[in-house]
Amino acid sequence: MLMVATGNRAVAEAVREAKPVVIAAYPITPQTGIVEQIAEYVSHGVLLSRYIPVESEHSAMAACIGASATGARTFTATSSQGLLYMHEMTNWAAGARLPVVMANVNRALGPGWNIWAEHTDAIQERDTGWLQVYTGTVQEAYDTTLMAFCIAEHNDVLLPVMVNLDGFLLSHDMQPLETVDCGDFIPPLHLPHAIDPQNPIAYGPLTGPDQYYKFRWDIERSMRDSVNVIGQTQAEFARRFGRKYGFTDDYRCDDADAVVVSLGTLGKEAEVAIDALRSEGIKAGSMRVRWLRPFPKLDLAGREVVVIDRDYSFGFGGVLAHEIKAKNHIDVCSVIAGLGGQEVTYDDIAGFIKNRRIGEESWFGVTPGV
Amino acid sequence: MFEVRIHSRGGEGGVTAARLLAIAAIRDGKYASACPFYGAERRGAPVVSFVRIDDRPVRVYSQIRTPDLVVVLDASLVGVVDVLSGLKAGGTILINSAHTREFAGYRTCSVDLTGIALRENLIMAGSPILDTSVLGALARIGIISQNSAKKAITEVFTDERNVRAADAAYREVVI
Repeated sequence: MLMVATGNRAVAEAVREAKPVVIAAYPITPQTGIVEQIAEYVSHGVLLSRYIPVESEHSAMAACIGASATGARTFTATSSQGLLYMHEMTNWAAGARLPVVMANVNRALGPGWNIWAEHTDAIQERDTGWLQVYTGTVQEAYDTTLMAFCIAEHNDVLLPVMVNLDGFLLSHDMQPLETVDCGDFIPPLHLPHAIDPQNPIAYGPLTGPDQYYKFRWDIERSMRDSVNVIGQTQAEFARRFGRKYGFTDDYRCDDADAVVVSLGTLGKEAEVAIDALRSEGIKAGSMRVRWLRPFPKLDLAGREVVVIDRDYSFGFGGVLAHEIKAKNHIDVCSVIAGLGGQEVTYDDIAGFIKNRRIGEESWFGVTPGV
Repeated sequence: MFEVRIHSRGGEGGVTAARLLAIAAIRDGKYASACPFYGAERRGAPVVSFVRIDDRPVRVYSQIRTPDLVVVLDASLVGVVDVLSGLKAGGTILINSAHTREFAGYRTCSVDLTGIALRENLIMAGSPILDTSVLGALARIGIISQNSAKKAITEVFTDERNVRAADAAYREVVI
């Protein structure tokens, strides 16, 4: 059915279709629309999940962990400070190999108090063992949330998945949304290590130096295996529903001399910049990274690369820029733009590409020394 | 791409008007996106919402700077905020006003949405509802079809008075 929906509504619609057994959540701007809508589905009996309105995000993730350990499909959503408050538990969910699915509506961290888009919240969760995917349209947020359940719960993965949406830009933007009847696209969850009262086992016991690293390696092994599972799931989604997704969303990259790489809505805005540059005879392309974990090797050989980071690692640099440099053994032009919802237009992005200086970092709107 | 900026005060329905306009455009078979600019809103404070209508999917998320059409749901905003800011030369301004207005250099359309709401008793929490009737005026100006305007309103609201008010705005807008 073709409806007009916000990114938040799209995620809620996908969750309704995925039918988690347990949803535990705490509201936070700009994510609140997701859990409000889900709470309405549950209260109207449209969704037969157990909805646990917890008192904090730490508890939201703890409740998801407890429910997931019984083999129940679980979902939660958060943003910014809420995600940080979960941090101890997000590590636990991944370490315990629990396929929790979470939507994170990317928002800057305080202070100064700011409710607008930035990726630093999710980036700070990069090393927890969660898979991370970033979306650029309402339709993509819906489709990716459906796929997230398949990927997280796949026996070769069994790791939690975080679906990211830019705060307000995507969470509150209203766009056409084609919903699907997902049928058996998401298979039932069979958690091999689910709690069984008939067969008691201990969870999270002391794990000594002779064992611990093996569990860590097992997370990494599954993270590597998840590459295939993501590929298969995206292919199956395209086969059933006709919409194709990759590890990246490439736009006019084939013959491009310069490629701009970004996450989230910046990557859609960049496409408009690319069209403008192409009409001036400048061969540019846009590569929007969808999956940050597992991080794909990008096809950037022979191009000049401009990376826009809506995040920052203080004392180091833009995280996406440095990950691309490390993974691809190339140098890039790094632009820090869009922090805390800073307005970045397609004209600005065209300027980043035109004025690129490989090997340098610049902050949009900042003149060094001033 | 056709770009619309809607000026209103917090609580007057600018966001809903943007949403309804996007729905109507999509029901016309076009692509559209609607986004409010979220700031520190308070009831009564000036707010803006944006709508983009195109023949292909909308990929722009930044704010509209050079609209083709400006809608002013609250005439008291004129002079308080620069409602004409960036409006393309020869662009259209639709204003909710009991009397006909003129903005030199622009196609000005006036309609008494407040009067229509009071006549239809379309009042919520003490305020006249403007966000549904404005669709009728937008249909008359030719932004959307009248049929899709009605569809959009009935998809979101069940009260028939909304459609009647939109019909009235369609008839009464002075172009």
